[in-house]
Amino acid sequence: MATVPVAAVEPLARPAPDVATGGPGRGRFRNSIAVGLFMGPAAIVLGAIVVYPTVDTIIRSFFDKSGNTFVGTNNYRTLFGTTEMLIAIRNNAIWVIVFPFLVTFAGLVFAVLTERIRWATAFKTVVFMPMAISLFATGVIWRIVYETDPHRGVINSAVGTIVDAVHPPGLYALPNIKPISGLAAQPDGSMLSNNTVQPGGTLKLGLTGILPENIPPGAQDAHAPSGASGGVSGAVWRNFSPGGQIGVIGNGEKGLPGMHLTLLRDGNGSVASTTSVADGSFRFNDVSSGSYRVSVDSSNFRTPFGGTNWLGIQSLTPTSGLGSTARSLLTIPLVDISEIIAMLWIWSGFAMVVIGAGLAALNREVLEAAKVDGANEWQTFRKITLPLLRPVLIVVFITMIINVLKIFDIILGLVPDSSQHEANVIALQMWHLYSRFDYGLSSAVAVVLFVLVVPVIFFNIRRIRG
Amino acid sequence: MTAIAAPAPEAPSAPRWAHLRRILKSTPVNVLLVAVGLLWLVPTVGLLVTSFRPAADYFASGWWQAIAHPAVLTVENYRNILHTGGIGDALITTVLITVPATLLVVLIASLGAYALVFLRWPGRDWVFVLLVALMVVPLQMALIPVATLYGHLGLYGTIPGVVLYHVAFGLPFAIFLMRNFYSGIPKDLLEAARIDGANEWMMFRRIVLPLGMPALASLAIFQFLWVWNDLLVALSFLGAYPHPPLTVNIFNKLSEFGTSIDVISTASFISMIIPLVVFFAFQRYFVRGVLAGAVK
Repeated sequence: MATVPVAAVEPLARPAPDVATGGPGRGRFRNSIAVGLFMGPAAIVLGAIVVYPTVDTIIRSFFDKSGNTFVGTNNYRTLFGTTEMLIAIRNNAIWVIVFPFLVTFAGLVFAVLTERIRWATAFKTVVFMPMAISLFATGVIWRIVYETDPHRGVINSAVGTIVDAVHPPGLYALPNIKPISGLAAQPDGSMLSNNTVQPGGTLKLGLTGILPENIPPGAQDAHAPSGASGGVSGAVWRNFSPGGQIGVIGNGEKGLPGMHLTLLRDGNGSVASTTSVADGSFRFNDVSSGSYRVSVDSSNFRTPFGGTNWLGIQSLTPTSGLGSTARSLLTIPLVDISEIIAMLWIWSGFAMVVIGAGLAALNREVLEAAKVDGANEWQTFRKITLPLLRPVLIVVFITMIINVLKIFDIILGLVPDSSQHEANVIALQMWHLYSRFDYGLSSAVAVVLFVLVVPVIFFNIRRIRG
Repeated sequence: MTAIAAPAPEAPSAPRWAHLRRILKSTPVNVLLVAVGLLWLVPTVGLLVTSFRPAADYFASGWWQAIAHPAVLTVENYRNILHTGGIGDALITTVLITVPATLLVVLIASLGAYALVFLRWPGRDWVFVLLVALMVVPLQMALIPVATLYGHLGLYGTIPGVVLYHVAFGLPFAIFLMRNFYSGIPKDLLEAARIDGANEWMMFRRIVLPLGMPALASLAIFQFLWVWNDLLVALSFLGAYPHPPLTVNIFNKLSEFGTSIDVISTASFISMIIPLVVFFAFQRYFVRGVLAGAVK
């Protein structure tokens, strides 16, 4: 009894119709009273709140806002002409294409892997737990996870740690820093000396826009560079002090240490690189004769990772040059992907548990036989386990399709107002129109949703009746 | 000859080798699943920690930094919200919706399932097919007509109205689940009782209902969580209610301009406490319900 996994795996056994109901006449009458009493409450509630309203909604979808005037298919035409609805359909399509596949895959992987560990129950509890949390609260939870500022959002913090390790932020990542003497800003973010220099010559490279507290600790006063034979030397410094002059290293003006500099042969690319020392002086040794410029590398000014706006509407597909309808249909906003990840967090546990039950119900002898025949684990999985699991995988897949078609709460919980428009879905659009009292259009949206689940209805009936 | 003798001394060490091999083989899986498990906990822990931090801290640093300094955590948010946020009233409304909606579904569904399994009547199979079909009808499909109907009946904007809606949309799955379970009850039991002169109600009350308890538990937990966590129905029918249920309360807070994260995170966590307790206490029944109703 209660071999519940079977329900998900096989068609149900039909109840045997063997209960005697007595003969005709009095017995039959009593039986119909019993049917009325037992089935009656469910029939009344379902009839009044589900069946009749469903029919009524279909009828209303052919009437206007007030529900009094028949408008034919106008509501549907209006609907499919609005960007809002096109976006909603596009998003539901993205969900349906991506999500059931990902969840089923994750569930399968988890179910198979948990068979190999001793603490499977603990793992399943952890992964399954989000099922108990409301979709709306899940939205709030993931808002915090997705915070753009790497100091607040755990994902951006993790991404930032990696990005900053690969491309360390510069020592001079300051918003207002700019060249002021002997240098000019370049489009690539670096700065290039205005003058060329020969071996033995010097350059003075002045910057400004650096607050005193942003001067690296240990910086010493800069002083005018002296030439070195066979080398190019110079000073890079903060060309700012009370009463100071542009292009002149004034009293108490600090050198800028740790500045990455590159020596460029005029018109011929980089030759050497060096780093300035505590007083901002630098030197390239053994420079062959010629004319050179010095570049202050852009890496000095590279800002740390500022965080990705995961709940933003930036498209993952190129949309330039598309008309507005095509753009509505072909955009894949980043926020969709972020929502899908949050939903995976909820539903992977479900898929894992259902598929796990299917795995447990598999005939071990068949798997053992395959092993005895010399099949390795992957072959056994691929050729035997997977085909046997097919019905369960399909159940999970179909369940996820229904889920995703009806998706609603998580959008309201997760997506900030600024992205709501691009994250719209059919169920949300229905509710928006409902709360605007646009009952004709709203009903039409509900009918669209209904039509999309009808194939699932037939699938379920066929499966359950065997 | 030596070739045959050779394996003999190795034989005792073979199990040890196998053991070591098994550990080595399972290590990557264990490591991977520990990582996945931790990853799965991060979002919830993030909300939990955030709800115990002053709002100013939220803007200053990540919640994970607070774990290292537990001294900065405070129950101040909870104290504030319980005094000002209307959370207490919201909690009461949620309970007033969830408990009746759960009990009614359990009752009506076990009656209906009895009729589908133990009574013979024409059209029984068709009713079952209809129920299977109704299981996936979206909630949205009935919103407008039911809102109109409730308007006439004076149920719009009331708790009984919301309860009724949840009962109705919970029933198809509930009857499906109970019918599935009842089908496994041996018919002989009822036959014997019938011969002893028991009527249908007595058989339902004395035999079927007690035997069906495990399934009823699964169903109750499922329905409880489903109703507790609902936003759509509550928002549609109780949007203007003076003490809306928890989900609507948080939704309103989120929509109000400038509500800060300390309030939102605290309210969200409060809304999650009871579902999580129910989940951990009755996980076995919950899993059963999920498996039985994988179609919903």
